[in-house]
Amino acid sequence: MSDSTRAEHSSDHSSEHSKSPLPGYFAVFIALLIGTGLTVFAATLDLGAFNAPVALGIATVKATLVALFFMHVYHASEKLTKLVVIGAIFFLLLLLGLTMTDYATRLWS
Amino acid sequence: MSMEIAIPQPVERENYLNKEYGVWSWLLTTDHKRIALLYLISITFFFFIGGFFALLIRLELLTPAGDLVQADTYNKLFTMHGMVMVFFFLIPSIPAVLGNFLVPLMIGARDLAFPRINLLSWYLYIIGGVMMLHCMLTGGVDTGWTFYAPFSTNYTNTKIVEAGLAIFVAGFSSILTGLNFVVTIHRMRAPGMTWSRLPLFIWAHYATSLIQLLGTPVIAVTIVLVAAERALHLGIFDPRLGGDPLLFQHLFWFYSHPAVYIMILPSMGVVTEIIPCFSRKRVFGYSFIAFSSVAIAVFGFLVWAHHMFVAGMSVYAALVFSLLSYAVAVPSAIKVFNWTATLYKGSIHYDAPMLYAFGFLGLFTIGGLTGLFLSALGINVHVTDTYFVVAHFHYIMVGGAVMGYLGGMHFWWPKISGRLYPEGWARLAALIVFIGFNLTFFPQFLLGYMGMPRRYYDYSHMPEFQVLNVLSTAGATVLGVGYLLPMVYFLWSMRYGKPAPDNPWHAAGLEWMTSSPPTTFNFEKEPVVTWEAYNYEELDAPHPKEVPVAR
Amino acid sequence: MPDSTVAGLHHQEIQHPELLHHFATAEQQRNSASLGMWVFLATELMFFGGLFCAYLIYRHWYFADFAAASKSISMPLGATNTAVLICSSLTVVLAVWAAQTARRTLLLITLAATMLLGLTFLGIKGIEYRQKFVEHHVPGASFSFDHEEIPGHPGQYANPSHAQIFFSLYFVMTGLHALHMIIGLGIFLWLFLMAWNGRFSPEYHTPIEIGGLYWHFVDIVWIYLFPLLYLIDRHA
Repeated sequence: MSDSTRAEHSSDHSSEHSKSPLPGYFAVFIALLIGTGLTVFAATLDLGAFNAPVALGIATVKATLVALFFMHVYHASEKLTKLVVIGAIFFLLLLLGLTMTDYATRLWS
Repeated sequence: MSMEIAIPQPVERENYLNKEYGVWSWLLTTDHKRIALLYLISITFFFFIGGFFALLIRLELLTPAGDLVQADTYNKLFTMHGMVMVFFFLIPSIPAVLGNFLVPLMIGARDLAFPRINLLSWYLYIIGGVMMLHCMLTGGVDTGWTFYAPFSTNYTNTKIVEAGLAIFVAGFSSILTGLNFVVTIHRMRAPGMTWSRLPLFIWAHYATSLIQLLGTPVIAVTIVLVAAERALHLGIFDPRLGGDPLLFQHLFWFYSHPAVYIMILPSMGVVTEIIPCFSRKRVFGYSFIAFSSVAIAVFGFLVWAHHMFVAGMSVYAALVFSLLSYAVAVPSAIKVFNWTATLYKGSIHYDAPMLYAFGFLGLFTIGGLTGLFLSALGINVHVTDTYFVVAHFHYIMVGGAVMGYLGGMHFWWPKISGRLYPEGWARLAALIVFIGFNLTFFPQFLLGYMGMPRRYYDYSHMPEFQVLNVLSTAGATVLGVGYLLPMVYFLWSMRYGKPAPDNPWHAAGLEWMTSSPPTTFNFEKEPVVTWEAYNYEELDAPHPKEVPVAR
Repeated sequence: MPDSTVAGLHHQEIQHPELLHHFATAEQQRNSASLGMWVFLATELMFFGGLFCAYLIYRHWYFADFAAASKSISMPLGATNTAVLICSSLTVVLAVWAAQTARRTLLLITLAATMLLGLTFLGIKGIEYRQKFVEHHVPGASFSFDHEEIPGHPGQYANPSHAQIFFSLYFVMTGLHALHMIIGLGIFLWLFLMAWNGRFSPEYHTPIEIGGLYWHFVDIVWIYLFPLLYLIDRHA
């Protein structure tokens, strides 16, 4: 693990001192609204088996934007924050995935 | 041969016990050491409640006929025994008592990261405990501690929702403890205390906390679904309405299997502290033990459906889970090898903590190996829901976890209380526990293999089982005596025990470098760590300044 | 987590009034709070995760019935709520920026706006719930879902028991989400009061940061709930 005992965490936001984060926030905001519109529109199209993946894909992009930029994971000073996020998602996928191994194969002869 | 103990100073210094008196100074404390003692009293109370139910179960099983209690009552007995022991004793035990007390001390911190949340944890535990007590006193639950749907959601008329709520609340206590430990271990280590210098007790509690954090929420939401289903007949688990009872089992066991690792990992951490100390040797394979703790935590999440092999799940998925269940045994086995290698050519001392550690080694190994039998699909079909399973998990949870807990209580008692317990009585109690334990549970392996089902109050269709059952009940009585003894002499020692020196065992670790008992803020000066963990060679090396020690 | 330090002015020994006794430095306290909130959010992800697991399985089993049930909940209201929460995430991130840059008025405005948007979300949710109640789509004794066509399959009707499972999951998932919103409103009210009393500064505004993390998480849950519950099959 990369964090140390109370070693100095260098402030990595020195770039943000000189550059305002506001344009970035508004850009993400617009992207999120566009994504919402897109997902509604895509739901009205008949994409067959791809409707669900498209909807979930757009949702994942939106969630990633919120996490990276609104929750500041992108600029996180420590790898630990990213590790916690990825770890939690991993265990969620484990729950969903391994449970599905039962449901997906129960009717195999 | 036992340890030589240095003559302690007689002066009563200020420490966390005598700093403040009065009920409110305890009930509103944020000192992790006081909170640990609050937990100690509470979980001991629930241990005896759970033990009382066990006693009634064993009394019923003395005779083949169901003649002590009615069938419904027996169902309630084994349910309440399981629920109390799992949720209100085993899961909190070592983390909430020894973990709370020792984690800050071992890493050189003044307290946990969130002391008020620590106190909240205890209150949540108490609230959950009171709810469970009320539930038991007003009728209890009869579904088995596993409260499977659709019996729990549709058919039983016992107090599922109340018991579920009690477990939900206690679960939050567990989550908050885990959260506190993870943040503390990441953020509050003293200067120089790198990850590779941490005591393995800390690694074990870190891994345990990961499980508490990731698993407990799933059973929490499962309880919500069960309560909703019971109240509104939703159909989520009801096959008549299109629901799947197996979904309940998947969600339940996703937590409850890792939960057993919550119960055993801390105990392994305790044993990893005791064995080097009483072998006067550095632990063998530090990194292997550290990483295997985390590996157990991760792998433990991959195997839950091995509790469902005969429930109707897909056999292909069962194959996958069976294979994964074999894999999860590997990190535990690695630890056993490392402990054994630590003992090899060590200078062994047979004080009480070490006796418990030896007991742990043998009994945990047996319990773990029988887990492999259960993971094999073919064998599983025959021994599921028999006493074989009961014996398996009691070997691990009682022979493993409780032995580790008792060993740890003895090892750190001088630090916690500032008193020495009577060593002779402690060794006797350890022996009684070991004998009583094996007499209680070994016959159950045989019974299960011969086909005696679990959760049956009447086995008069197979009266030949009686002999082994009588042996088991006799063992349970002996075991009970073994458990009562430490209670008595620990309490006795608080008043009449010899005052303890800072480091009665000449053990390695920061907790031994402060007073017994410690002051409220643990260390006079923040320690700076420049040595590796388990530096027994340095500790035992003779040097000119060493004060001669008299018995 | 960008945290501000006024460059050069703060020495290790000057104890910030908000520094708790068991921490050695304000930075340790801040990093602990932040890690604590992230770890807590991980537990929340698993909490909702169990429900997503149940949802996945029954959608896999009863896709047609789920589609029919999903059609009966209001997509415009759901989409509006999604936009409302996205706006609230913006106001939250602006609140954090305001605290970092010592803009007290903006801080109070953005905290209040967040709460207002949260209340709007709950209000719209209430309208939706009432609609479901009136249509007898609330699971339980008075549930009824007869004669509802499966989208894209005229003449075929949804199985009411399977539709009830959809609505059970709908109410439990959105209900739990709404509960988290209510808790979030409480948190932000408390933050607002603290801001009003001048407790925050560029050196100390950790509660706003971690309260913000919580709020964003609740937004992310909704970002997934919306397509999963409202948009199963809208193309018929």
